[in-house]
Amino acid sequence: MPHPVPSSNSWWNRHQKSIAPWLFLTPALVMFGVYVIAPIFESMLISLYDWDGLGEPKFIGLQNYFNLWGDPDFWKSLQNNLIWIFGFMLAVPAGLFLALFLNQTVFGIRLVKSLFFFPFVISQVVLGLVFSWFYDPSNGLLALGFTSVGLEPLAILSDDTIVTYGIVIAGLYPQIAYCMILYLTGLNSVRPDLIEAARLEGAKGWTMLWHVVLPQLRPATFIAVVVTIIGSLRSFDMISIMTQGGPYGSSRVLAYYMYEVALSEYGYRMGYGTAIATVLFFIMLIYIGFVLRRIYRQEKET
Amino acid sequence: MKFKLKTLALGAALSLSALAANAGVITLNTDASDPAPKAAFAALVKSFEAAHPGVTVKINTFDHEGYKTSIRNFLTADAPDVVNWYAGNRMAPFVDAGLFEDVSDVWKANGLEKSLASAAPSMTQNGKQWGIPYTYYQWGVYYRKDIFDKLGIAEPKTWEQLVAASKKLKENKITPFAIGTKATWTTGGWFDYMNLRVNGYQFHMDLTAGKVPYTDKRVQAVFDKWDDLVKPGYYLENHASYQWQEALPAFVKGEAAMYLMGNFAVAPMREAGLKDAQIGFMQFPEITKGVPMAEDAPTDTVHIPAKAKNKEDARKFLAYIASAKAQSEINKTLGQLPVNNQSTSPDDKFLKAGFSMLSNAKGLAQFYDRDASAEMAKAGMDGFQEYMLKPDRRDAILNRLESVRMRTQK
Repeated sequence: MPHPVPSSNSWWNRHQKSIAPWLFLTPALVMFGVYVIAPIFESMLISLYDWDGLGEPKFIGLQNYFNLWGDPDFWKSLQNNLIWIFGFMLAVPAGLFLALFLNQTVFGIRLVKSLFFFPFVISQVVLGLVFSWFYDPSNGLLALGFTSVGLEPLAILSDDTIVTYGIVIAGLYPQIAYCMILYLTGLNSVRPDLIEAARLEGAKGWTMLWHVVLPQLRPATFIAVVVTIIGSLRSFDMISIMTQGGPYGSSRVLAYYMYEVALSEYGYRMGYGTAIATVLFFIMLIYIGFVLRRIYRQEKET
Repeated sequence: MKFKLKTLALGAALSLSALAANAGVITLNTDASDPAPKAAFAALVKSFEAAHPGVTVKINTFDHEGYKTSIRNFLTADAPDVVNWYAGNRMAPFVDAGLFEDVSDVWKANGLEKSLASAAPSMTQNGKQWGIPYTYYQWGVYYRKDIFDKLGIAEPKTWEQLVAASKKLKENKITPFAIGTKATWTTGGWFDYMNLRVNGYQFHMDLTAGKVPYTDKRVQAVFDKWDDLVKPGYYLENHASYQWQEALPAFVKGEAAMYLMGNFAVAPMREAGLKDAQIGFMQFPEITKGVPMAEDAPTDTVHIPAKAKNKEDARKFLAYIASAKAQSEINKTLGQLPVNNQSTSPDDKFLKAGFSMLSNAKGLAQFYDRDASAEMAKAGMDGFQEYMLKPDRRDAILNRLESVRMRTQK
């Protein structure tokens, strides 16, 4: 059968160039729309209801948000989120210094680098478990250290004032390794001729680092900050493993509180849970907007 | 076209045979995933199938934690014919949402209001029964008899004696009470008993049902008594860092002498090497004179989902698991107590003590997190934990609990 040759000015031919990309994008867009975009709006909608996940949802307007405002547990979780963000930022300088320290050409340095990277490879759950043994106030390594110098062992995970810091430190352990790797790759692209020139000008030590090396590491720093902040907002698994939000809810962050309210054994207040999720979403949105603007600007510059 | 007809016919034949097979099959979804409960259910199903030829039971086993979430899915979507669950307020959401079948007819036909009398109130909602209780276990104070004997402490019968015993233990560098509150439910057991002994059964049920404010002076009275143990530090140090199992070694090593727990704690105590002669069991002592003794006895149950496909055979299964014979058998393997008062209870020192204690009980509470609503239970147990760590914050805690109660009691 002879194939009909399409005339050159058919509709398809005229619009092929502009339609083809959309055709290729469609599957991804549909998936993204159904599984990411739609649930966001659905959650926001549910947050206006009182619903246990089984019975009839009852519309209560903004009542969930008013309840959030007067809920000390919510404010405590928000405060812990801030502690996480600021505490987690320590991973960036710490990772930088580890990277500078390991950025040498000595025999076996690859092995040392991989060992330093190891914490990031291990599952967060395992790390959480290891750290809760480390903190164990009767047999843990930390307690043994305290008693060996004659101090009273500190029950970090059952003290409401320090528990969050204890978990942040556990979270930093893999995060520092991650930032270190980002900086190590960044250091590879530092231009040796610039270093050479700076050295001829008499720069060394801090001046060299601050004025010559760091500006060249700006892309790495940017990525390190972004992943660290995102990491701090996702700090769910460590908390779940190490304290389950306790003692009496003092180590919860928003994500964990949301889980507890909506999905845990004593939860099933879907409306309230999604209200927390919505607040968390807007907090993240501000930050993501900032990041996107920054990337957009950078791309324009280059 | 021919091909299509063929597949149609095949499909019809398949679905017909599926229907025929369904007539005698019931599916049972259970969280009996630990070795003993698993064996108990397998044996139960075997004897049920022998008693009802033509009916086969298909068991789907879930892990405990996963079950609590999945039950909500399978009850609404693809319902099995029989499910495991718990009595009291824990079943209320499913009853309210119309997901459990009313099985009052099974109760009437088998005279269960007599033989399951002790658990009837916790199975009844809106004047109807919604499931069958098949096992429960007692709570009480397990103590190191050898340590008590060595220090010349007699089994405390009153609060004063208990406090005095604790003082003496503490003086001998032994922690009076083991407890692990990392998972906060263990504090619920303490509150239950303090409240049951100070204010009695009816008040406790009213409080957990949300009818009484937490700022009531009778609740304050509970904490006044609790102070006697919390303020001098009679509980295991740093208990918020441990799960209940992690507090067990202190008891086994003799660093702590008493443990308020459910009977399930006996098995790991024995596994850790304690002899039965070293472990004593006592009823939680009397606090307010003349208040009748009521106990915690969490009950496990079976229910028929409202959307079950084979309700007729499921009813047979429920009637069977309610019978004295089935309950004797299943509890022998579980190492727990049968609810049916015609059953024989297992031959075990602690279960015998528990059986006589529960049969004389004025009333049975399910446990704080099963009697109170989910949200209240969570806030309550967090609050009790905070109180046990920071007893000075009592008023702030109780005010917070009261605001949660007001909100849940709409």
